Amino acid sequence: MTEEIIIAGFGGQGVLSMGKILAYSGIMQGKEVSWMPSYGPEMRGGTANVTVIISDERISSPIVNVFDTAIILNQQSMDKFEKTVKPGGVLIYDPNGITRHPSRKDIKIYSIEATDEATNMGNTKIFNMIVLGGFLSVKPIVKLENVIKGLEKSLPARHHKLIPMNQKAIEVGMELVKEYMG
Amino acid sequence: MGELRLMKGNEAFAEACIRAGVDAYFGYPITPQSEVLEYLMSQKPYETTGMVVLQAESEVAAINMCYGAGGAGFLPVTSSSSPGISLKMEGVSYIAGAELPLIILNVVRGGPGLGDIQPAQSDYFQATKGGGHGDYRLYVLAPSSVQEMADFVLIAKEMAFKYRNPVMILSDGIIGQMMEKVELFDPIPRRTIQEVEKQAPWATTGKKANRERNIITSLDLDPLKQEQHVYHLRDKYSQMEREDVRFEEISTEDAEYLLVAYGSSARICQKAVDLAREEGIKLGLLRAITLFPFPSKRLAELSNQVKGMLAVEMSLGQMVEDVKLAVNCRVPVEHYGRTGGVIHSPVEVLEALKSKIIK
Repeated sequence: MTEEIIIAGFGGQGVLSMGKILAYSGIMQGKEVSWMPSYGPEMRGGTANVTVIISDERISSPIVNVFDTAIILNQQSMDKFEKTVKPGGVLIYDPNGITRHPSRKDIKIYSIEATDEATNMGNTKIFNMIVLGGFLSVKPIVKLENVIKGLEKSLPARHHKLIPMNQKAIEVGMELVKEYMG
Repeated sequence: MGELRLMKGNEAFAEACIRAGVDAYFGYPITPQSEVLEYLMSQKPYETTGMVVLQAESEVAAINMCYGAGGAGFLPVTSSSSPGISLKMEGVSYIAGAELPLIILNVVRGGPGLGDIQPAQSDYFQATKGGGHGDYRLYVLAPSSVQEMADFVLIAKEMAFKYRNPVMILSDGIIGQMMEKVELFDPIPRRTIQEVEKQAPWATTGKKANRERNIITSLDLDPLKQEQHVYHLRDKYSQMEREDVRFEEISTEDAEYLLVAYGSSARICQKAVDLAREEGIKLGLLRAITLFPFPSKRLAELSNQVKGMLAVEMSLGQMVEDVKLAVNCRVPVEHYGRTGGVIHSPVEVLEALKSKIIK
């Protein structure tokens, strides 16, 4: 099993940290992982994306140009990465702020209204965990228990009290994701 | 099995410095290597191992602090990225001339000038053929994974004392910024002052009544003596070429074509080898681990086996010159690589192999 994933959106959306938690979850499941970020000099705004690879084998290139799954969180990323999904692959996106929806017919497309749900839940910071839940529902490559272990590893101890809330957000995301019919 | 963590290459290097018993770090922040200093400051090794961590006022100050620490027999480390390394080059030349131990990490970014903050491999000439002035060489290691960003600190430490010569770890923005699983080696205690004096009897550790004064300098105004000194340096570099060349071969046993690469490009090339083999092309990869001394001998041997070589590096073509020298026109050698902070993909590498070598 090798899963090559791109997560792309605005800086500040938690793109990089979602990738990090996913990568740590992979380690907890005994997999090989790589996490390769790409972002500009800005702290916020700007675009940010991260390539995460989770594999049973030693990972050769951490840089790839086509992906099994693209998780897309803004319009610029849609324009850039929709075409990079392998035929038969998966695209997951949050329709919030998207004006041109994905149109490919040779991939599976899922939508997840994570921005709205995070607002409903009263905490916009858990947006990325809702999206992660959506991904794990579509591609259950790591078990939820290993994601929780990944959270424990990637969050400093003083933030461990936030883990139950993050777990809840992941579970909400698992329910929220739905196939996009165009 | 050691401790397992998910770390950035820069963080793994910093943690490895603490664990390797490095005596001091002097640096100045610059993207994409600032995590080295940030990580060291967060770990406060000065409270545990006694390792000094200091943000100098400039790169020039940092390298000269390394000069001082090395002169006293300590093992200093500095790190920077391309423009910052250029600023340090005067000091590096002095330290090579004065024969002092030092580990320098260069997390290369796009150039020339300030360039950009994306990954590049365009500092190969600077690392392997000078950069500073004078007849000197650095021992240059090129890690291609986060694991090697940690492990190569131990090799660098050994080489820095074996040869009394600065060692450069030539990394890049990919290896520095990416996170991978890393198994950390167990901590090695820092040397005591007595151990430093024993290991470095040449160092300025305070003159004892029963020995001559130790002098650390790169200056000798007598040209005949300076020439002898440079010949002595040359002998060290020759010894490196005899004893400490490092490289890795992937799928070379039956290879008809060969990629030659180092660092992050070698990872990309590994995938290109897989893609080529799926198409039935017998492609292999020689990954240079030491860039000086370069694995010339092995490349010369392989030139009797393969039909052509493609040197793949994120530059206009620098290492390719060393490949050509090694191969000595026996088979065609071409270069491929994106530059200026653009990363080539495995597919682009394979396409270049087909258009430039297989034809």
